[in-house]
Formats: sequence, C-alpha cells, structure tokens
Amino acid sequence: MTGILKPADFKSGIKPIWCPGCGDFGVLSAFTKAMVRLGCRPEEVVVVSGIGCAARFPAYVNAYGLHGLHGRALPTAIGVKLANPQLVVFAAGGDGDMYSIGGNHFIHACRRNADITLLVMDNRIYGMTKGQPSPTTEPDFATHLYPEGTHMQPLNALALALTAGANFVARGFSGDPNGLAEIIVEAVRHPGFSVVEILSPCVTFRPDQREWKHQVQRGALEPAETLAEALARVATAPALSTGIVWKGDRPPYLGPGRQADRSMENLLQSFVA
Amino acid sequence: MTSTQDRKDSVSVAVCGSGGAGVITAGEVLLAAAAHAGWHGLQTRSVGPQIRGGEAVAMVRIASHPVEAHADAFDMILAIDWRNFDRFAAEVTLSPHAVILMDEEAGDLPAVYAGHAGPVLRLPLQEVAKAAKGRANMVATGLIGEMLGMPADSLEHAVRRRFKAKGEAILDSALAALEAGQRLFHERMANHACPLAPPPMGKGERWIISGNQMAGLGALTAGVRFVAAYPITPASDLLEWMTPALAGAGGMLVQAEDELASINMIIGASFAGTPALTATSGPGLALMMEGLGLAVAAEIPVVVIDVQRGGPSTGIPTKSEQTDLNIALCGLHGEAPHLVIAPTSAADCLATTAWAVHLAEKLQSPAIVLSDQKMAQMKAITEPLPLPEWKAARKVQEPCEPNTYARYRLAADGVSPMALPGTPGCMYTADGLEHDERAVPSSRLEDHAAMLEKRARKLADHDYGDFWAEIAGEGEVAVITWGSTAGAVREAARDLGAQGVHFRRLILRLLSPPQPERLATALTGVHTVIVAENSHSGQFLHYLRAHYDIPARLVPLHHAGPRAISAREVREAVLAALMGNGTTAGNGETEGSGGRKAASGPAGAAGTGSSETEVLTR
Repeated sequence: MTGILKPADFKSGIKPIWCPGCGDFGVLSAFTKAMVRLGCRPEEVVVVSGIGCAARFPAYVNAYGLHGLHGRALPTAIGVKLANPQLVVFAAGGDGDMYSIGGNHFIHACRRNADITLLVMDNRIYGMTKGQPSPTTEPDFATHLYPEGTHMQPLNALALALTAGANFVARGFSGDPNGLAEIIVEAVRHPGFSVVEILSPCVTFRPDQREWKHQVQRGALEPAETLAEALARVATAPALSTGIVWKGDRPPYLGPGRQADRSMENLLQSFVA
Repeated sequence: MTSTQDRKDSVSVAVCGSGGAGVITAGEVLLAAAAHAGWHGLQTRSVGPQIRGGEAVAMVRIASHPVEAHADAFDMILAIDWRNFDRFAAEVTLSPHAVILMDEEAGDLPAVYAGHAGPVLRLPLQEVAKAAKGRANMVATGLIGEMLGMPADSLEHAVRRRFKAKGEAILDSALAALEAGQRLFHERMANHACPLAPPPMGKGERWIISGNQMAGLGALTAGVRFVAAYPITPASDLLEWMTPALAGAGGMLVQAEDELASINMIIGASFAGTPALTATSGPGLALMMEGLGLAVAAEIPVVVIDVQRGGPSTGIPTKSEQTDLNIALCGLHGEAPHLVIAPTSAADCLATTAWAVHLAEKLQSPAIVLSDQKMAQMKAITEPLPLPEWKAARKVQEPCEPNTYARYRLAADGVSPMALPGTPGCMYTADGLEHDERAVPSSRLEDHAAMLEKRARKLADHDYGDFWAEIAGEGEVAVITWGSTAGAVREAARDLGAQGVHFRRLILRLLSPPQPERLATALTGVHTVIVAENSHSGQFLHYLRAHYDIPARLVPLHHAGPRAISAREVREAVLAALMGNGTTAGNGETEGSGGRKAASGPAGAAGTGSSETEVLTR
C-alpha cells in the first residue's frame, strides 16, 4: 500500500457483527479518519482487544490486531508496545471489558503510563451477552438480572484514570466522528497512557441512548491546568460531556533500563565458586 | 589420624539456629569450600514462616561422587540453638551414629533426638566466637570443615568470597572465627573426625548453581528478551536473577499487576516478535490457564516456568512437590494441545529451559516448563556448564502483497509463517475465536476441525529427538520418573550399580505431547516398571496409564511432598521388583537408616534371582 491513504484504506472489509445503528460504527469511522490524519501506515498500527461487541473492533480495521481475552486487552497491548516501541498501539473495548473484568488492569495501566491509547466504547450495558448491567449502568436501570436496578454506583472512569496517573484523559461521542477523530489524534500524539472514553449507544438493549445525540454536551470538558481542576471537572460535569480534560506531563513508561555491565561473561563468572 | 579406609564418600551435615544466627551462610561457605577443593555437593535449606529473621536449617551434603539429593540420613547436626527445631525435625533424620553438636547455651536436646545412640556434644560456640570477635556461624563452619578434613585454603577462599563485599572488618572477623572453629575441633572433638574421601576433581573452576538461575540462563541464551511476572514463592528468585541479566542483553523484565497481566503481557510481546517468558508457581499457573488457551488458539509462542510447590491453594509455598502435572497437562479448556516439559535436575534446567524456548518458538505454541522448588532453590556444585545450542527461531512471514497473507494457512507440518507487526502487506488479527486460514473469525464446523487438526498436528508430528528423555541402564526392571525425583533415581542406580545390580531408568523431559513409540522402544524387554514421583495421588502414574500402553507391571512409588522420594525408597522398590514382590512399594515408609542394609542384603540374589517367570506369575 503506497501513496496517500484514505480512511477506507484502514477498513479490513470484514462485515461487522454490530447491530444496525450501533454507535461502534461511528467509532470505526472516527478511528480510520484519525489514522489518516496521523499519517499512520496500516502495518505499524496494532489494535488489541478483549471480548465484547466493541472488542470486535480489530477485525474491522486494516492493521495488525489481537483479539484476545475478556478484560486483558490492556496488559496485552502493553506487552506489544514494550516489545516494539515503534508500533502505534491501541487497546479497544467496551465498558464491561475495560472497567469490570479488566478493572484492575485499567488502574495499573494508568499508573504504568505506557505510550498506548485506550478506546473504551461505553454503552452502559453488556450487549454481546444480551443486556446485563455493566459498571457504568445507572443504579436504577432495570435488566433481567436486576429488575429493580443494581443500586450500585456507576464508575466514574475518567476520575479513576486521573487519580491513577493516566497522562491523557478525554471523552468523545460516536455520533460525532470528526470530533472523536480529533480526540484520537491528540490522544495518540500525547506521550504516555491515553484514556478515551467514547459514548457509543447500544440501540438494541439501551434504545433510550438514541437520545444521546440530543443530550451530549460537546466540548463541555475543557483541558484543565491542574490535576485537581481536572478531577473537579470530571466530578461535576454532566455525564454526557465530551472533550479533552487532561494532558499530563508524566514521561511514558519504557520498561526497565539497559544495564551494560551484565555481559554474559559477567553472568557466568557470578556462578564460579 | 584416620586411615583412608575410614574416609567417607558422602557426608551430610545440618546446621540449625534462629534468625540472625547465619546458618544458611555457614552452609553456603561449606559448599563453596567443597566446590573449591573439588568435591561434589549440594545445599538445601528450610526456613520458618517468618518473612525475616526466622529460624532456619541449612542442609549440606558433600561427596566424592555427583549428588542431586540428600542422603538417607545426616551424619551430623550442629545447633547454634534449637529454637522451633520441631518444624524441621522430620527433614533431618540422623544416622544412628551421627554427632549432635550444640552450643552450651542451646538448651535441652529436642525430644525427637532423645535416646540418640551417637555422641551428643556441647561446645562453647558462642563464647569462642565472642573471643575471636566473630560470629558463631563461622566458628561452626571452621569446626565442621576441619571435622570433614576440608583444606584450610578452600575454607578461607570461600569465606573471602562470601564476605569480600562486606568490608575488611567483617571479613577479618569471619576469618578469625573460622580459625577459632578449626582450633576448637582439635581441642575438643578431634576423636570425632569424619573425613571425606579425597576430592575427585582436584582444584579448579566450579559453579554453584540453583535450578532457578539455570532456568533463567537457559531462557536468556535461547533468546528470551521479555519477561513479565508477578512475585510468587518459589519463583521470585528466578525473576530477580533475570532482571539484570535481561537488561544486560537488551531485554527487560516487567513486574505485572497480577498473573493474568503477566501471561497476557508476554502474549502481546511475543505477538510483536520478541521471545517471551513468565515464571510462577501453582496459584499463578492456575490464573494463567485462560491465557495459555489463547496462546494455543492464536498460535503465539510463550514459555511459562512453573516452579512447583505444595498445593492445593496456598499449600506449602516454600516446599517442593510434583503436583502441578495435572493442571499443566489438562488445565486448559477446550482441546488445546501444548508443550509440557520438565527439567531433570538443577543443572538440567539450563538446557531444558532453552529447549522449551526453542520448541515453543519453532512450533508457535505455549510451553509449560515444570521445575520444582527442590531443584529450583537447591544450591549445587557443578562443573561449568556448556551453554545450550537451542535458540528461538520462529518461522516469520516476509512482506507480501495486500490480501494474500493467510496467517493460519494449513501448512503440511501445521506451522504457518507468522507475520510480525511492522511487516507491510500482512496485516491480520490474531484471534482466540476460532478462525479460518485468513484469521477471520468462523464458527463453521470445517474451519474448527481444520484448525484443531493443524494445532494438534504441528506438535504431534514434530521429531523431538533423543532429548525427550534421559534413558540409561539395563535390565528387566525399569524406573520411570520425572523432575527432581530423577536425582534419587540416578543415585539409586549408582548405589545398586556398585553392587552389580542394574535397572533401566527413564527420566521424561517431554511430558506433552506424549511419545508412545519412543517409550515402548525404551521399555522393550522390561517386565516391571516402577513409577516414581513426589505426589500423594500418583498423578504421573495416571498420566502414563492414560497415554502409554505399557506391557509391563506398573509399581507405584509415590508420596506427598515436602518429603522427597529418596534413593533408599528407589533402591528398595527396585530390589523388591527384581525379587518379584514389588507390588506394594507405593507409599512404603521404612523407618531409620536401614537403607544401606536393605540394599546390600539381597543384592547377590537380585543379580541372579530375578526370574521373569517368578515375577509374571505373581
């Protein structure tokens, strides 16, 4: 593949399993636009995912992909990046994948701050398994498992990301592919671990989310100067606000440094009695 | 002076004391001195549950022949004090004439040794140490060294090596205490000399190694450059050894947030093209099972070293057992062929781990390396080991035209070239979902069948060569074993061989995929097969029965850890089988130190009397 690439060059041609009207189509569109704007080549991009509707993402992108285990996209993506720092590495998945079964990895990926970008397609429901509550489901939302609602506090993942050390924190909306593409471009360009939470409606199990296109407050999250300010914004802004709220200055994690003194000769000498 | 006839070809010594007494250091110095002088030897240790400063016992065996396991009984125990000794008593069986030597202030003799027939001596170890401005552990080292007839220059060399980094004052006081201990021997217990037969190797360069270090070195020489792991006993010292070693080789070790992250990080690193490994123990291996299944399905090479410890659950973290065999072989869901490989000694961890890396990379498969706490944390003297030839050499896809690459092409040998990210034209998504040749997810029966067959074929059809097992000896009785139990089997072969009694030994390195034809060849003409393993339930026995058609009588020889299978147990089982009554060797526990007697008594008969008819008619 040579010459100037178009967004379509980043689509694999495999037909998504997503429902008609699924927000994830918009994310795919935004992603391919971002790839072009970043000037990426398909062979240098790796998208790692776990399990769920959103986690089918890599198969639909013309890039290297690894569709692995439920919840484990982040450590896998970190392994890819540390092994080959030249690659542009994404982890992609849904709210259940990243915040529930993968919640521990989310915390430690923020702390570690490897130079990768996380795309969380948040629809506040488990879609693939047909409508169970997720960590971002509203406490009173009725499902088959919880007809009265879970009465559990929805996770404020952006606040968690900020406190745990993520170096770039933003929220986008699948219904605004151009705006989302801009956020992804900035997320990739910013060094360290970038968290992009994406409001991506599930039209099948959350038909109420069709209204998001009227409710989302684009750009309501603005870059903060300090971490405290960023935290205050994600704590007080309406849940459907989008925008980049934090660009930190932590150096990205590259793994432990090289130590030249441990040559093989020195290693073997250390066994001598 | 003792005559040469009285010199022993193997002496076993235990040194015990509470935290800070330095008994482990005493053991290490004795072992290093033995290595310097040219003896064989090993050291293990047992420690209390305290994180720091708990009681400990160092167990050292020095011999004029290669040793891989402790002898049946100890010839001496030296107690700087007896604090909480009951925790270790079962691990320190004394021979009837063993010397018990204790500090004057050590208190009462433990009940377990009440009625001991041999000498019980009380010496002023602490007082002598004080006078020499040193510590009692080095007084003990000097005393034991002198008792065993170790050359003074080797002891001094070992002390200097151990303390040179601690500053001159500490080194001088250690040397002073060592000399005081040597003098104390001559002043107070010269008639208890227990001299070793002359060192067989002469002076020269020797290594002191642990299995964990050799596994790390094997992985490194084979090309592993990425390790992600979560701390766990008894694998952590492997990780600590590898951290600087990898950094020096341009690789890295990452501490992951848990074992789920460890296995997935190495899957990611290997997908990106870097040979990758993790090390863990039973609880961590259990957490990694789903990841290993992904590595099978997506055909991503990874190596997991499982340093086995007592289980289930948290079990006995600091002590050895061979009981992760079942989970290593069968713990993956679905049908997931993979490699399971076991080193046979601390030294063998070097070559076998390199082999595992080589095979995993070549066959694009996960490999589980089953070592165990015994070989992993044992300190052993060895001649410098040759670095293994096995290297990671993955079949990699060259750049290609877009839409032509099929990652999971049904190659004849099942191994299809792997495109690494960065390679133009070959973009694909590796998948844990069943897929077709182009890596596109598929639930079609034909694709599933083809991929199951591909993944099974690439392992089953590979020629693993002679390294799959160590096969030696002759005769109609065979002992088949794996892992660190091999040490007891080799020693039994040496002991019985010296008496003209021979048996075959098969020590399997390759546990999965099974090699039925090779095993059948190795067992041709054998009427009785003793199956030796350190497991309560006989996991290895069940594995053999499941995968091998063995046309001989199987005699189980197994019991739980932390007590290892001993050479004596193997000798007795072999002799019983040769005499045709080996049906009850399993879980047999004979008291005391009668092993030698039992071994020598029927030897003459065994040479001639192992009539096949007699055995088969039982």
